[in-house]
Amino acid sequence: MKKEVVEQLVEAAEKGRLDRRTFLTLGAAAGVGSLLLRPKAAQAAARVKTAANIVIAGAGAAGLAAASQLAARLEGAKITLVDARKEHFYQPGFTLVSSGIKPASYVVSATRDYVPAGVELVEEGVAEFDPEGNKIVTTSGKAIAYDYLIVATGLTLDYAAIPGMDVEQIGNNGLGSIYHSPAKAEATWRAMSNFADKGGVGVFLRPGTEMKCAGAPLKYTFITDDYLRRRGNRGKAEMIYNANNKALFSVPIVHEKVRMLFEERGVKVNYERLLESIDLGKRIAVFKTALGPVELQYDFINVIPPMRASDAVRNSPLPWQEGGWASDGWVEVDKHKLRHARFENVFAVGDIAGVPKGKTAASVKWQVPVAVDHLVATIEGKESQAHYDGYTSCPLITRLGQAMLIEFDYKNNLTPSFPGVIAPLEELWISWVMKTMALKPTYISMLRGRA
Amino acid sequence: MKELDPLVFLAVFQEMLGPLLWVMLLVIIVGTAAFVLLLLKERRINSRRLVRAELSGLVGGVLALVLMAKVSSSGFTDAGGPADWFLIALVFGLGLAGTAILVYTVLGWRQPAEQ
Repeated sequence: MKKEVVEQLVEAAEKGRLDRRTFLTLGAAAGVGSLLLRPKAAQAAARVKTAANIVIAGAGAAGLAAASQLAARLEGAKITLVDARKEHFYQPGFTLVSSGIKPASYVVSATRDYVPAGVELVEEGVAEFDPEGNKIVTTSGKAIAYDYLIVATGLTLDYAAIPGMDVEQIGNNGLGSIYHSPAKAEATWRAMSNFADKGGVGVFLRPGTEMKCAGAPLKYTFITDDYLRRRGNRGKAEMIYNANNKALFSVPIVHEKVRMLFEERGVKVNYERLLESIDLGKRIAVFKTALGPVELQYDFINVIPPMRASDAVRNSPLPWQEGGWASDGWVEVDKHKLRHARFENVFAVGDIAGVPKGKTAASVKWQVPVAVDHLVATIEGKESQAHYDGYTSCPLITRLGQAMLIEFDYKNNLTPSFPGVIAPLEELWISWVMKTMALKPTYISMLRGRA
Repeated sequence: MKELDPLVFLAVFQEMLGPLLWVMLLVIIVGTAAFVLLLLKERRINSRRLVRAELSGLVGGVLALVLMAKVSSSGFTDAGGPADWFLIALVFGLGLAGTAILVYTVLGWRQPAEQ
């Protein structure tokens, strides 16, 4: 902390110099601030008066961001967040925890810290969705009626779908799993670090379902490779990545880049392989392939389970009724508006939304304002022009200290924020700096409705 | 990251630095005022003091890079492309100029030029 202070003082001094002219003309830097603040202040003044009753199921990144934006735009509305979990997890930080870069505490805070004033938080899970009756039922059996519903429940990690898997064992005997929880991410780091000390066979994979941050399994493969190299044990290790289909990444140009990097780093790739079962004692992973089951003996494995909607959502009328997303229960929404296809007053944002790309914090950041705008427009009796093009982003770490800042949309187009400066397919330190320094503050600002 | 709104930057920096942001702004304002006042009072640049300030600026630049590496969990071989060299130059430059100005100002107010 002390060092940060020094750095900021140094920076501040420099900024002081740059501001000198401004300082002299305007009298004070505060004057500049107030000029910049004006547009937002004007927006805040135009709050929509309504007595609408809005329920947000889920108080994770998407639910909290939606609550903040609705609270800022509506006056008199009753907004209720429903979520049983008291802790808030900064999930984009899980890879940093499981890479030994940040402690588990880096990703844990309290949901209550982000609940905006005037919004009620019901600390219970949702047991039932009844969109025909315009109500939800909590785990204690309490019915909560709504005029508008935002489904932001997130998803469920289905470890039970892998016979032999035991989440209690994560961290032991070469078993890692970076998604489970902050504590297990830290346990995964211990298992991976142990592997990097000894070498052996490292097995990496991803599930066949939709998943949150599809770049994370790749990142973790790159990071493990880098640790082996730094400790001089890469020669003693074999690295195997098992892709669920014919691609390493859904965006073709990114797939090609990752394929080249894996080739360069000596990571062997198997396509169309799904983890079918695991024997934790013998350290054998069994993969489903076109040619039948294939066994892989491992010394370290990063298990990523299938991801699905929670039972409450799956057993409701909300999911897609046909197609690939029906069985896993993703909510059937218009991919550009996030409004439910069959229930006009229902929206879905974040991981639970049945849309083609990205289940990431960046997706949340760009989905929530669109859903909120459509909801507010409906209250006003207007039509919203807000449109979500599928933008999402993934700082794909390719070694410690470097990442590729990959941003893309529904059409698989790359959509770089800093074209010509930060090249999306280049391994850069600046992209790593963004991931480690700027992302969390941006995320927290998003929860508070300020970014 | 699709659009760059100054307010978003303010919010992000506030989250990143907390109360430090205000300390920083205070140092900017006080430091700038003290520097400008010193220039107005002396009506010249003291070259001996300037050289000393610039030399400490070099140390400040290196220090800024070390701190940047520390807070971003980076090593010293991580630069991968032109954008990285630009960022390194920027951090070094900010450290250098900031330290130089601070040192010049502090020296100036503590030991006024004899001439």
